[in-house]
Amino acid sequence: MSEKKSIRRKPWATSLVILLGLILSGGGYAAATTTVQNESGVEMIEEGRKLFLANCATCHGTNSEGTDAGPSLIGVGAASVDFQVGTGRMPGQASGVQLRKKPVQFTEEQIQAMAVYVASLAPGPAIPDEQYLDNTGDANHGSMLFRINCAMCHNAVGAGGALTEGKFAPALEGVTEKHIYEAMVTGPQNMPVFSDANLNPEDKEDIITYLKYVEENNSVGGFELGSIGPVAEGLFIWIFGFGFIIAITVWLTSRAN
Amino acid sequence: MSDLEKNNEHEEENFEYDGGAAVVPTDKIEDPGLEPHRPRMTDKDPKAAARAEKQVAAMFVVSIIGAIIAVWGYVAFPIIGDDLSNTRNNALWVGVGMALSLLGLGFGAIHWAKTLMPDNEIVEQRHQSRSEPETRAAAVEILNMADNESGISRRKLIRRTMFGALAFLPVPAIVLFGDLGPAGVGDKMRVTMWDRGVRLTRDPSGVPIKASEVTVGSTFHVIPDGLNDLYHKLDEKAKAAVLLVRVNPSVLNEAEDRRDWSYDGIVAYSKICTHVGCPVALYEQLTHHLLCPCHQSTFDLANHCEVIFGPAARPLPQLPITVDEEGYLIAQSDFLEPVGPTYWER
Amino acid sequence: MSTTETNKEQNQGFAANAANYFDERTKLGGGLKFIGRKIFPDHWSFMLGEVALWSLVITIISGTFLTFFFNPSMAHVTYDGAYAPLKGTEMSIAYASALDISFEIRGGLLMRQVHHWGALLFVAAMGLHMLRVFFTGAFRKPRELNWVIGFLLFIMGMAAGFTGYSLPDDLLSGNGLRIIDGMLKGIPVIGTSVSSGFFGGEFPGTEVISRLYSLHIMIVPALILVLVALHMALLIVNKHTQYPGPGRTEGNVVGYPVLPVYAAKAAGFFFIVFGVIMAISATFTINPIWNYGPYDPSPVSAGTQPDWYIGWLDGALRLAPGNWDVTILGYAYPMGILVPMVISLLFLAVVAAYPFIEQWITKDRREHHVLDRPRNAPTRTAIGVAGVYFYGILWAGASTDLIAYHFQMSLNHVLISMQVLLVIGPFIAYFITKRACLALQRKDRELVLHGRETGRVVRLPNGEYIEVHEPLDKYELYKLVDYKDYEPTIARPNKNGKITAMEKLRASLTRFYFEDRISPVTKTELRDAQEHADHDLTQKEAQKALEQA
Repeated sequence: MSEKKSIRRKPWATSLVILLGLILSGGGYAAATTTVQNESGVEMIEEGRKLFLANCATCHGTNSEGTDAGPSLIGVGAASVDFQVGTGRMPGQASGVQLRKKPVQFTEEQIQAMAVYVASLAPGPAIPDEQYLDNTGDANHGSMLFRINCAMCHNAVGAGGALTEGKFAPALEGVTEKHIYEAMVTGPQNMPVFSDANLNPEDKEDIITYLKYVEENNSVGGFELGSIGPVAEGLFIWIFGFGFIIAITVWLTSRAN
Repeated sequence: MSDLEKNNEHEEENFEYDGGAAVVPTDKIEDPGLEPHRPRMTDKDPKAAARAEKQVAAMFVVSIIGAIIAVWGYVAFPIIGDDLSNTRNNALWVGVGMALSLLGLGFGAIHWAKTLMPDNEIVEQRHQSRSEPETRAAAVEILNMADNESGISRRKLIRRTMFGALAFLPVPAIVLFGDLGPAGVGDKMRVTMWDRGVRLTRDPSGVPIKASEVTVGSTFHVIPDGLNDLYHKLDEKAKAAVLLVRVNPSVLNEAEDRRDWSYDGIVAYSKICTHVGCPVALYEQLTHHLLCPCHQSTFDLANHCEVIFGPAARPLPQLPITVDEEGYLIAQSDFLEPVGPTYWER
Repeated sequence: MSTTETNKEQNQGFAANAANYFDERTKLGGGLKFIGRKIFPDHWSFMLGEVALWSLVITIISGTFLTFFFNPSMAHVTYDGAYAPLKGTEMSIAYASALDISFEIRGGLLMRQVHHWGALLFVAAMGLHMLRVFFTGAFRKPRELNWVIGFLLFIMGMAAGFTGYSLPDDLLSGNGLRIIDGMLKGIPVIGTSVSSGFFGGEFPGTEVISRLYSLHIMIVPALILVLVALHMALLIVNKHTQYPGPGRTEGNVVGYPVLPVYAAKAAGFFFIVFGVIMAISATFTINPIWNYGPYDPSPVSAGTQPDWYIGWLDGALRLAPGNWDVTILGYAYPMGILVPMVISLLFLAVVAAYPFIEQWITKDRREHHVLDRPRNAPTRTAIGVAGVYFYGILWAGASTDLIAYHFQMSLNHVLISMQVLLVIGPFIAYFITKRACLALQRKDRELVLHGRETGRVVRLPNGEYIEVHEPLDKYELYKLVDYKDYEPTIARPNKNGKITAMEKLRASLTRFYFEDRISPVTKTELRDAQEHADHDLTQKEAQKALEQA
């Protein structure tokens, strides 16, 4: 008794207790959060709900029913959340005709939590399986599907394009395979929905494989001038081609020193 | 005396033309004559000339090196199978080599001309473009002789029938080009592959579409069943391409006589723009507007694709659809008007 | 004696013997005498036509290479070449052969790019050359016919370009053909027949690419070569024009002889233009047909524009409002297509006819070999700028969607702004340019009469401040006073004593052209100004005054 008592009364006892407390609570928290990925179920949904209420409810309603400022999220699925929040479009800032990409505000774990929460409200498109994102699809089939379904808005190689009234289809360079898939399956804002009944998962994998092929392989002709076509080529020849040639004509007709 | 006459010692006289609205200058400032020649460094200093010569030679040597690089590039980067990097390198090195070869010659030749060839300005007289009076008289004489000896002016019968024959001569040649294309294309444009019971299938695979597969907000690109089996499929596709969209039925603002052309919010419209025929395919889900990328004609899907912006003048023709017993989407009939741009006999 | 003559000739060396061989058979010596020391004036703006000529040669050379490998058939084939994303796609043989040129043949892609970049430069150079000729008045007598020939060359260049870029039968150019089909069908009465004749039936048919091929490699180049030969022949016969300056008159040409200076510079310039095109083609992609895929009437790419020289026509289609169509007696008139077509043709007609219009107005029948500095023909220059502006807005109109995307603007706002600018812009451009020209002429007058402002302010011993002006030397001065002056004329009665309506119109147009004008400085004015200037100090005298003070 006296020994224990004497230990408890040692000056470093307090520090030891505090240290133990920190280790236990911090370690406990770390253990709890690192297993969020593996944890499905109530904890994660609750985590997501808390994040939702703190960041999303003002516009989307406390029960995701929607308000004037934002649509209902019931039935949009985990894929929508992963796409919108994962590309930084959400939380939406300035209201306008179209959301812009911004720096992503949440960690991957937080995004997963919010996605699981929204998915729990009603069935919707899920985050795609890894096997469709490994670029082993048929780039030829993907190119055909891309040209018919996507090129009219996004340009033949995904360089982006204009829609009406200030809206636009963004360039696809640098977008991850997962986000491309999710955009197709959820149809964000004015993009049409390409459900798995329209383009099945293999079709989507083929399209993504094609896009990544184009992104990774530089054009055999040299610099691509943005891949926007004859307008860029015309501007280039007038400004740089002719600019240089006129400089040469001035040199050619001037007197030598 | 005009300037022309003053400087033209060869001519006895020049034809005087009327100046019209031109003001004849009476008090013109004197022409001071050519500026004196200023010698260049290479004219004055033989060392500068020698240096210029070496520079020109160096440029020609660069040109030779360029040609060698081009041949090396051709040989060093054979095109092997699917390896595209060799294609790129081949184009790059052959191109850079040839560019050097050309630029070396070009800069060398121009530098030579600028620095070493004489740059004294030389004056050469002009002659009036009009022929001299004697020449003109001789020409007129020749024409008169031709006229007299052929009798073409006098012999009205020969002249008139000759012109008649010459006028008729090219007509068969023009008529021969009539087989460039068949007649009756205007009538063909009224008929597409669509007909009662023809299934709507996916473009390009040809797989039929069930109504249940078309979810709200999705777009399908559609071709008629059987298109892929045709040899001239592009000709038919150019008339039969259709865009299939599902919207919330409450959004649709349908005319009375067209209420049964849609199926539970699924509508089908011709994809061929009524402006000049590009595919109208940009569907904006939230606004239900259809945008054509060529000249930005915009159509409102909820209002029978009427034109709301842009140079198109007519709405897109609607394809009446329904479902068959198995749930696949089918056409009820062909389009009720010709698809695509306006034409004379439409 | 004949034997001694022939003996002498044999020992003169290879070049001399060769020249003799040809001269004895072709009278080549006469040709050499005619052209060898012919004088051509030198100015960088005179080289724009040369850029066009050399880029034409380059396009022909590279095109000849391509004709050995391209196959214009529209029969279907399944691609099995080196470009993976298209392997297994069904396409026309034309498209497949263009892909093979790009991916399978060494130098094929390079030559394709040289050909296309060269073509872009060819039409651009012709355009700039035409502008130079217009703004300096080089189209005046005796060169009106050469202007028309040059105009036809510009049209042929556009035709060659359009037929050429449509040959690979890719998605981008195929949509261009689709648009042509729509426009042809819109022509009243004969529209569908013309379309059927062009495509060999319904669109797209199986004939059009091979027809475009024969147009592109045979008919259009033949016309271009004939026109170029005529253009050059007239240039040599009429000799080149020259800018005003000391020693240069309507009766002479001041410059350098063809041999050796001009030949060296022209040949060198050919190599440089070729080298620049080659360098660009080795490093920058143009028309990446593998990205667009084969033509199919169903897909389309965002940002569908023609090559730049067709842009103004595409822009005209975009800017035309949509609600102008009429149906008369059961027949349809698509005004949204016909109005842009008619306006484009009118614009071209005015461009082609301008020398004759100006000649009719001024009634100046003299030959003109000395050019106008643009500022010295204010109305003509202002009309030219207004025309360029009109063309330029139509050209910009072809890229409304790209402008909207890249500058994050509303597509609709961009289009409406351009419609407004198209209508009011040319008038504003005319007004600003005319005033600018007159102001520049006044500035030139100031320079002649009072010299150049040196910026040095000197205080004279009597307390007066003056800025020292440096008078121009006589050579610079002459450049500023040597230009033609015109004045408005009154309507005159014709042979029958009647003043026709056309004559009244002509007289009012001379007022429009020449009412606001600045006449060149006369000898009297210059002398008066110089006497007055004796009261001012020259630079040297001012320096002396300062040193003495």
